[in-house]
Amino acid sequence: MNAVIKKVAYTLTHAPDCLVHGGTTQTTERIVAPDSEYLQKLPNHLQKYEDVVNYAPNQTYIGGMTPSDLHDVAEPWYKNPVQKQRFAKFGEIMPQQELYALIDICDSFELVLLEEGFSAGLRIAMQSHPIIGKRDDILGRLKKGFEIAQIEDLVKNHGAEGLYQDHKLIGCVKKAHNIDENLSSHIILENLISKATAVLSVLHLMDNCDIALDEIQMIIDCSEEAVGDMNQRGGGNLAKSVAEIVGFTSATGSDIRAFCAAPTHSLITAASMVKAGTYKHVVVAAGGSVAKLGMNGKDHVKKDMPALEDVIGGFAVLISENDGVSPEILNEAIGWHSVGSGSAPQKVTEALVSTPLEKLGLKIIDVDKFSAEMQNPDVTKPAGAGDVPDANFKMIGALAVMRGEMARTDIPDFLKKHGMPGFAPTQGHIPSGVPFLGFAREQIMAGDITRAMIIGKGSLFLGRMTNLFDGASFVVQKNSGATSSSGVSEEQVRSLIAESLRDFAKGLLAE
Amino acid sequence: MSFFAGKKVIALGDRDGIPGPAIEEVIKASGGEIVFSATECFV
Repeated sequence: MNAVIKKVAYTLTHAPDCLVHGGTTQTTERIVAPDSEYLQKLPNHLQKYEDVVNYAPNQTYIGGMTPSDLHDVAEPWYKNPVQKQRFAKFGEIMPQQELYALIDICDSFELVLLEEGFSAGLRIAMQSHPIIGKRDDILGRLKKGFEIAQIEDLVKNHGAEGLYQDHKLIGCVKKAHNIDENLSSHIILENLISKATAVLSVLHLMDNCDIALDEIQMIIDCSEEAVGDMNQRGGGNLAKSVAEIVGFTSATGSDIRAFCAAPTHSLITAASMVKAGTYKHVVVAAGGSVAKLGMNGKDHVKKDMPALEDVIGGFAVLISENDGVSPEILNEAIGWHSVGSGSAPQKVTEALVSTPLEKLGLKIIDVDKFSAEMQNPDVTKPAGAGDVPDANFKMIGALAVMRGEMARTDIPDFLKKHGMPGFAPTQGHIPSGVPFLGFAREQIMAGDITRAMIIGKGSLFLGRMTNLFDGASFVVQKNSGATSSSGVSEEQVRSLIAESLRDFAKGLLAE
Repeated sequence: MSFFAGKKVIALGDRDGIPGPAIEEVIKASGGEIVFSATECFV
């Protein structure tokens, strides 16, 4: 039996001060041009929390509106705010202060220090959080606050990374080793934020979930941070550290890293594990990336736009044994870009789209929705990177034309019918196929669509170990209706034995 | 004669568009010489 997509959660965390102090565009600019016009102007382009909540792509990401609703909002979306709330059906948009509380909660080595007044306010805020407020075990991890003088000294004299709220120092993250740069305060901060934002998504996933926390047996983290020390850089298992905070007491974990393609590889792995019977319930999760905050900030500031890349993404997906209802992941139709696939766009699209569909006897136009690289074009177009999802959908449409499935003139309709606007933050692995999974699950279960294809791509060449890039895809389809209760249960065996004994006794009596 | 014949070419590819190696193949087939080729990820 194929595994199913049981539940999906998405979260965003507003992080404007982290953008200024931690995003690589800004940290490198401070090294090469500390007095640059960009760094001077950037603070005036930061968005307020309300702007971020009312930004249509962000709301689409957390399920406050659908991709179809977003299509109806005029671009650029930052000029046309929607009136929405912090919480929506897939998750929430958390303010930066509470992110700091979460990293304090996720800190197991007393590396995070928050100023005492700020910390006291956070405790109250977290107590009223609808999910975290119910978890005394998580609230109990919030540490006592520290004097600001101690924090200032650590930042100024001891290599600690400052934490800021509205440009004011309110805490710090200490380095975890005197020499090891893999445990520097900056790396620890990046890793803690990745962990914390994954925790937030998993908490939303498990809230009001049919499956209990202790039923989860495996968690896979597919973010892009390398957790380790100088002897095992990238040693990993951020997954298990997330499981510990969330309360997956029966679970083990491991990480899958494959740049932006990691979520797709992880979901394929999870579905295979469940189908094989290795685990009944597997969570795939990822937190977001501090480094990518403000990645295209220079172009945004130059064009007098808000610095839109100010949210840290996260998502979590529960892959479970077949319940006869939830949409299935079809293991028999996995697509992958092989070493020998080549890099020509046609070959890439064939490997990821038409080859797996052929295994099902399906055409490209039989897939109701494609989700590939769902980067928000409000962010990418002003930076000269174009509309990435649209470019991918055009490539898929062009392949359908080449295969004689439709006429060239049908491409605009194909884009509208089988594609959708990009709505995910430019957080690398976060936009890579998975943002539509929640809507795909809902729309398949509502009977609005039959199947969707999720496509992830990864830029392996950025690590300088190969010139190759990577890609993987899978099809999510309406449940066939069968359940995973294969074989005979213990109760059924007892009943069969009892029945046989009764028949045997009857036979003896008759003799 | 091809436009690229005998010319030196710098190829900058895009992962979600035309990657560097694909541009290289076209240039080489057209008689050009690749002096630098890279693929970038803009997202």
